[in-house]
Amino acid sequence: MSLDPLNGTATEIAALVNDRQISARDIARLSVERIGAIDEAVNSFTDVTAARAFAEAEIVDSRILAGESLPLAGVPYAVKNLFDLEGVVTRAGSKINRDNPPAGRDSTLVTRLREAGAVCLGALNMGEYAYDFTGQNAHDGNCNNPHDLARITGGSSSGSGAALAAGLVAVTLGSDTNGSIRVPSSFCGTFGLKPTFGRLSRAHSFPFTASLDHLGPMARSVADLATVFDVLQGDDPADPHLAHRPPVATATELPKGAEGLRIAIAGGYFRDPGFPVALAAVDHVAKALGVAETVEIPEAARARAAAYVITNAESAALHLKRLQTRAADYDPETRDRFLAGAMVPAAWYLDAQRFRSWFRAAVNRVFETVDVILAPATPFPALMATEKTMTVGGQEVPVRPNIGIFTQPISFAGLPVAAVPVWLDGQRMPIGVQVIAAPWREDHALRVAAALQASGAAKAPVAMIGG
Amino acid sequence: MTDFDAKAHVAHMEAVMGLALAPEWRATVEAHVATTARMAALVADFPLPDEVEPAAVYEAGR
Repeated sequence: MSLDPLNGTATEIAALVNDRQISARDIARLSVERIGAIDEAVNSFTDVTAARAFAEAEIVDSRILAGESLPLAGVPYAVKNLFDLEGVVTRAGSKINRDNPPAGRDSTLVTRLREAGAVCLGALNMGEYAYDFTGQNAHDGNCNNPHDLARITGGSSSGSGAALAAGLVAVTLGSDTNGSIRVPSSFCGTFGLKPTFGRLSRAHSFPFTASLDHLGPMARSVADLATVFDVLQGDDPADPHLAHRPPVATATELPKGAEGLRIAIAGGYFRDPGFPVALAAVDHVAKALGVAETVEIPEAARARAAAYVITNAESAALHLKRLQTRAADYDPETRDRFLAGAMVPAAWYLDAQRFRSWFRAAVNRVFETVDVILAPATPFPALMATEKTMTVGGQEVPVRPNIGIFTQPISFAGLPVAAVPVWLDGQRMPIGVQVIAAPWREDHALRVAAALQASGAAKAPVAMIGG
Repeated sequence: MTDFDAKAHVAHMEAVMGLALAPEWRATVEAHVATTARMAALVADFPLPDEVEPAAVYEAGR
């Protein structure tokens, strides 16, 4: 591993702390120092909880001294600022929520990380109320891509991608409604896991679109994703959306790699728009896995459209009172979309929800013949912050609602996805590939992602900022 | 839904929903409403059987 332990993976850091080669307190100090040195340029943190980190680190060091071994001993992490952190105002990227009192308790997933020995460094920048694919925020400032500060991070879990790529922490938590973990993973060159819909507790996090919201981890290695995901699973009476499913062990499954899994490339909708770098990334991953077959996910364009309608209507309904009284306090980029969503007729919304049932059945049939599907995560690598439009099918469309064209149909189906970062020859920036598995088979997605990392086809290096 | 009039819809729904659009927001809101209408039309064009129920997570007694 790197000479600087903070550049190591969570798994490496936990091993050092468990072996008492370094203390959790020293790791926390290194992390606080690096945030202070680098984050002014990256703008990934909105709240640095240094006192909390040192207090948690002290407890971890005591537990290690008492003979415990912790899966995430001393691992520095931070969370998108829609997760409740006790004593911190859950701003969800907004100006309006700053009027709320500080959270009275941690979100469920934060509690689970703490119990596993991880140390919380703070809350991270995000697109306002998660309605964003760019990482740009009018209130907290834009989050900048550590691999090129003039480029966007992707969103809405912008700080979650950027803090990892900058090496400020080893693990982050994000949320993904239509692609908000997978898009910043792609643009920032990190691994990300969007679990199956209903898998992880959303209790004590600020919602966006209840029908589609997922929470999940991001990291610089697949082993880290699996270790964290295994810690995060479990029932939670505080979350009515959780499915009644037993946890799936993933970390212990990674050595199996892609062996025995039927893998195919998503065709049709996912290849037809012809984004060359995205297609090259998928082909690069497919080649590394020895995969040439393609499979069609039927009606993906309609699935994306239905996700769009549900998101627009549900999120606007959640915000209606605020839109009626404080519309001018929203980020202009989200405000006008929320206002539009408040005007969606009920039949449009319910059509989309009925179509979701049809799509689920169709997707289930696809997984009768394959175990894992490969698809682009984003149409292109990170754009320059000044680029506001993109071209799809010959039409110029705004960037912010459209970067997620390849992620939206997949989260609409609720499928688990590991986003893997690829660095293509001749490309300065990374781009992600979605490794998509059948419902409840996060182990399959992570096994394939691990094989890709082991072969060198996917990797998540720490950026050389200013170097 | 080829005849959908985003401008008229926004003007009507603004009052129905108790919203107040600043003049400089209106064109963008209308554009977003038009996009949502196109998305909804794509979904509506699909021949769903009547018995297909909305996807839901509600569970009584939970």
